[in-house]
Amino acid sequence: MTNSWTDIRNTDLVVIMGGNAAEAHPCGFKWVTEAKANRGAKLIVVDPRFTRSASVADLYAPIRQGSDIAFLMGVINYCISKDKVQWEYTKAFTNASYIVKEGFGYADGLFTGYDEGKRDYDRSSWDYEIGPDGFAVVDETLQHPRCVWNLLKAHVATYTPEMVERICGTPKDKFLKVCEMIAETSSPQKTMTSMYALGWTQHSKGSQNIRGMAMLQLILGNIGVRGGGMNALRGHSNIQGLTDIGLMSNLLPGYLNIPAEREKDFATYMSSRGFKPLRPGQMSYWQNYKKFFVSFQKAMWGAAATPENDFAYDWLPKLDVPAYDILRAFELMHQGKMNGYVCQGFNPLQSFPNKAKSIAALSKLKFLVVMDPLETETARFWENHGEYNDVDPSKIQTEVIQLPTTCFAEDEGSLTNSGRWIQWHWAAGTPPGEAKTDIWIMAQIHQRLKALYAKEGGAFADPILNLHWPYKNPADPTPEELAKELNGYAVEDIPDATDPTKVALAKGKQVVSFAALRDDGKTACGCWIYSGCFNEAGNNMARRDTSDPDDTGAYLKWSFAWPVNRRILYNRASADVQGKAWDPSRKLIEWDGSKWAGYDVPDIAPTAKPDTVMPFIMNPEGVSRLFTRGMMRDGPFPVHYEPFESPVTNVVAPKIRGNPVARLFKGDIEQFGTSAEFPYAATSYRLTEHFHFWTKHVSVNAALQPEFFVEISHELAKEKGIVNGGRVRVWSKRGSVKAKAVVTKRIKPLICDGKPVHVVGIPLHWGFTGAAKKGFGPNALTPFVGDANIETPEFKAFLVNIEPLAGPTV
Amino acid sequence: MNMDLSRRAFLRTAGAGLAGTSLGALGFGEVEEAHAAAIRPFKLAATTETRNTCTYCSVACGILLYSKGSLAKGEKAEIIHVEGDPDHPTNRGTLCPKGAALLDMVRAETRLQSPRIRKAGSDKFERISWDEALDRVVRHMKADRDANFVAKNKDGVTVNRWTTTGFLAASATTNETAFATYKVVRSAGILVFDNQARV
Amino acid sequence: MALTSDDLIRRSASSVPAPATKLPEVAKLIDVSKCIGCKACQSACIEWNDLKPAVGENSGSYQNPPDLSPDTWTLMKFTEWDNPATGNLEWLIRKDGCMHCSDPGCLKACPAPGAIVQYSNGIVDFVHENCIGCGYCVKGCPFNIPRISKVDEKAYKCTLCSDRVSNGQGPACAKSCPTQAIVFGTKEDMKKHADKRIADLKSRGFAQAGLYDPAGVGGTHVMYVLHHADQPEIYAGLPKNPAISAVVEVWKGATKYAGLAVVGLAAAAGFVHHLVAGANRVTREDEENAAKLKEKA
Repeated sequence: MTNSWTDIRNTDLVVIMGGNAAEAHPCGFKWVTEAKANRGAKLIVVDPRFTRSASVADLYAPIRQGSDIAFLMGVINYCISKDKVQWEYTKAFTNASYIVKEGFGYADGLFTGYDEGKRDYDRSSWDYEIGPDGFAVVDETLQHPRCVWNLLKAHVATYTPEMVERICGTPKDKFLKVCEMIAETSSPQKTMTSMYALGWTQHSKGSQNIRGMAMLQLILGNIGVRGGGMNALRGHSNIQGLTDIGLMSNLLPGYLNIPAEREKDFATYMSSRGFKPLRPGQMSYWQNYKKFFVSFQKAMWGAAATPENDFAYDWLPKLDVPAYDILRAFELMHQGKMNGYVCQGFNPLQSFPNKAKSIAALSKLKFLVVMDPLETETARFWENHGEYNDVDPSKIQTEVIQLPTTCFAEDEGSLTNSGRWIQWHWAAGTPPGEAKTDIWIMAQIHQRLKALYAKEGGAFADPILNLHWPYKNPADPTPEELAKELNGYAVEDIPDATDPTKVALAKGKQVVSFAALRDDGKTACGCWIYSGCFNEAGNNMARRDTSDPDDTGAYLKWSFAWPVNRRILYNRASADVQGKAWDPSRKLIEWDGSKWAGYDVPDIAPTAKPDTVMPFIMNPEGVSRLFTRGMMRDGPFPVHYEPFESPVTNVVAPKIRGNPVARLFKGDIEQFGTSAEFPYAATSYRLTEHFHFWTKHVSVNAALQPEFFVEISHELAKEKGIVNGGRVRVWSKRGSVKAKAVVTKRIKPLICDGKPVHVVGIPLHWGFTGAAKKGFGPNALTPFVGDANIETPEFKAFLVNIEPLAGPTV
Repeated sequence: MNMDLSRRAFLRTAGAGLAGTSLGALGFGEVEEAHAAAIRPFKLAATTETRNTCTYCSVACGILLYSKGSLAKGEKAEIIHVEGDPDHPTNRGTLCPKGAALLDMVRAETRLQSPRIRKAGSDKFERISWDEALDRVVRHMKADRDANFVAKNKDGVTVNRWTTTGFLAASATTNETAFATYKVVRSAGILVFDNQARV
Repeated sequence: MALTSDDLIRRSASSVPAPATKLPEVAKLIDVSKCIGCKACQSACIEWNDLKPAVGENSGSYQNPPDLSPDTWTLMKFTEWDNPATGNLEWLIRKDGCMHCSDPGCLKACPAPGAIVQYSNGIVDFVHENCIGCGYCVKGCPFNIPRISKVDEKAYKCTLCSDRVSNGQGPACAKSCPTQAIVFGTKEDMKKHADKRIADLKSRGFAQAGLYDPAGVGGTHVMYVLHHADQPEIYAGLPKNPAISAVVEVWKGATKYAGLAVVGLAAAAGFVHHLVAGANRVTREDEENAAKLKEKA
């Protein structure tokens, strides 16, 4: 989230699209109801299903899953054509005026540079024209035909209200009503917040769904302001934290990158990370990259990371592919190219697409380790559970080691919420049986592995033998010790910059924030963006002061928010070019003539002059990007692509199936179904009564929503002879499930390009362990393909068939 | 545990509704003593209160865990009730249907109690000790790493990677666990590393 | 401390002196228009009251468990309603449970002395050790709320968390409710809060928005804000004009004319056995006979 949960109270309009906040995040949704009750805010819900979010909306508009880009580009087209644009913001704070290189173009659903064989683009034309002074060329009059604004205008012109209705199935009058309400927030005194989640990410073009809304929010001037923003509602309690700390194949903590093998040495690695400003006077904050990287290496390898060995650059593994994401991991496993797998929590058998492939893949492992507080289907993938898991244990040679862990109530530490608040919690209960904390288990694995390498030798052991492990009890580091490492500390005395005879920070002291980090090895920091969380002032994550001057919803003294306790990202954009708040009633920070100050920690250098230094300090341009240059694999603007399994052909690019640059594995292509065989558009989702695959273990939640079901319209039920509460079979090219049928008015056929599209809704919470009735869940059916940029599986749009099953109804 | 602030802070400001009404004035006074028959004893009497955060979604609601016995005092502690933390700025004491039933997650029948192993081809789990389990895990890892570690690629570039064993981090562990995990996994050269951010 | 007579205003099959000072009346206000049907209230009720509802099955609805029971004291009821005026679908979600009537039919019907009590703050509570499991409260209730346990043959329903309220806490459901669609306070405050909510709904086009506090049972201590207050029955059959059954009025009359200040347990049980065929069934015939008796009286 750019903003926080408590900031939603400041909005005028909430758009829930690509999510279902009332069901998945009820206590965060509270702030939507507060904004409605106290500010007269309005709520729009756009979803294939009339959800519980829709039940309290002022306006609900149906949409076919997988067509969000057409809808969003349609809204942008509406705003541009009706002149509903926050012009001062758009001109000053976005790249609307930047000139794009000659040679860039778009036709028939493809940008310039496409290579069909590689399913990839040569993105070299997707960039700004650079002038002789080394800066990007701009045309502030927006007259140049190749300025971003004119390219955008041309790009979205396709998506007329009629075209939106054809693609999305959203009736034109509903779509126009949505447009009208959204367009009103182009006023500097009105804001809109976007609340989205996996309904946008779980598509083969998920990243571009989000970009579509971000672009809309930028031209409306709704980013960086109170009650505005792009608010990704993360699904799990610390998935924000795990991503921040870089627990992904291609990341280092704080969104630094694991080197690729073409970056053969540290100098090469840094050569593409200079981040020279693209416009005069801009901060381009990533210019500090080296400080963060070197400080991380010092946290990893301590004294063994030296300037002489490039701070142990070689000890980091180097990537030969863009990423070893979960889909690639299970593909490799399926090919027999992996031997071991450790699941620290998580339940891939239920959570990953194409369950049959997952079982086959896990069966090829030599060993599987599962750390979890609860039984999981994954830990028991080899066990026969009749039709729910029809395997023969004697034919599965995988050794499975199951390790019992503590749960939240029995451990201490911090979690990072969607709004980037890092909150500390304390243990309250004695763990059951022999359950142990994850920290203890990881320490044990490291200590024992290190001992074996020390004793026996083996493959390159330096990074293991020299891992910095400075804990009082090496067998069981404390959460506080680890938190202090995340914050960062002085490795040796750091002299004062102005008076070298003085020490600015003594060896061993915690750095105050990442501003103190250095690229010479004198500081160590586990995760630069978390710096400040546990400094010499103490554990700031444990702060519990509820004061909130003027009720802005910032709560600056409650816990700690990254970065540097900032609550709203890009908050400099809440003020105009002179530094005055766009909306005096929603003041956030303002320029007082000499510095920035206000209710939040300024997201700009405190003395940066407002008419010179632009708000988007992480971009070398200093402004935000309506045109993303070459940052995304599938284009600098979003294009409507159909899901890989779609009930209709792509009307804007009929020759293209799915996202033209999404990665496809051979065996998976053969397992895509067509609408001839599988006529119905399926989607999977959560219900409010359950959390993922966990609460089926909880007797209370099992009673509140006991049994796997699918939801269909009365029209489809009639067509197929399905009765409410009856049993059905649903199948795709990859598998088959049985479920109860909930026949509902909340799902209606959508008319897309003149033909009805029936939606089949498949909630995900059931499995073969736990207190609820045994059930299948949707992932026996879902396709094995991910988003072109970050490989999030396409769980939200695929094809199935459905038929009634004989047998008793309820 | 930083409990210096009154947890009635929000009850006074009542920002999130009418929780602010001074309920003490509405109650029965001491009537429960006379009506022990009608009104059951208040179940949170003589419990220890600990602040925590809900383990489910990313709203991160503040919760209060009520236990018999106190870990801080070195006692065995059994959690007997969970409720929203009225002081928390986001949830203001409220909880969703999952959060309100956290107690039965903590004490679920399917909580794991001890390390177990399922041997190749077997149809059951067998109990083993922590020492046996951890030694086995580490043996498997070292054997695979030693056999498949790639120090240099075909062009002679140092790559120091291990891609035949993967590690899947989860979604509800603490940041501190995450960092300990990061150090252990990356120092071994593992690249097949992911978390639950996408599903 | 002899607070019984101070705080009780009614006691089943017995009389109590009028309290010297009355506690302020409390109420739970359920704003259906703010409710997201998440069932946090059900979950919190189960946990606070140590209930153990069975894991049932899906019967073609989100409503689960399927009905109120001795282990389900509150239940979200879901109705998919096409609004003929707008053509829009509305998903009406109402939390069902005891209404804590000012004029409680259950208490009036109850023949067991002290099995049902009403406090001066309005809470109607069941005292299980005095309950004989006759089920007459079920018939007496105009909202069809109490349920008899097959395990211990006692009647169960929402207590308005009398144990929490007596400790200065709101009911568990109200505490948990994520959107604060459920709020709790003095009845007076709740009515004022409702007025604000109704004004907001009217500004959003719900011209018939209003408060449900039915006069037929003397008003209730659980009230609803409804977007369509003119049609309460569309909310899963919320009665438009609830009133105590004629059978109960007769029973009340009988005790009065019999001059039974205190009715013994055996006598009460006998009377009920005479009136009802099963443990908790009143036949149509009984109802008709009672209506006739009432007319004569």
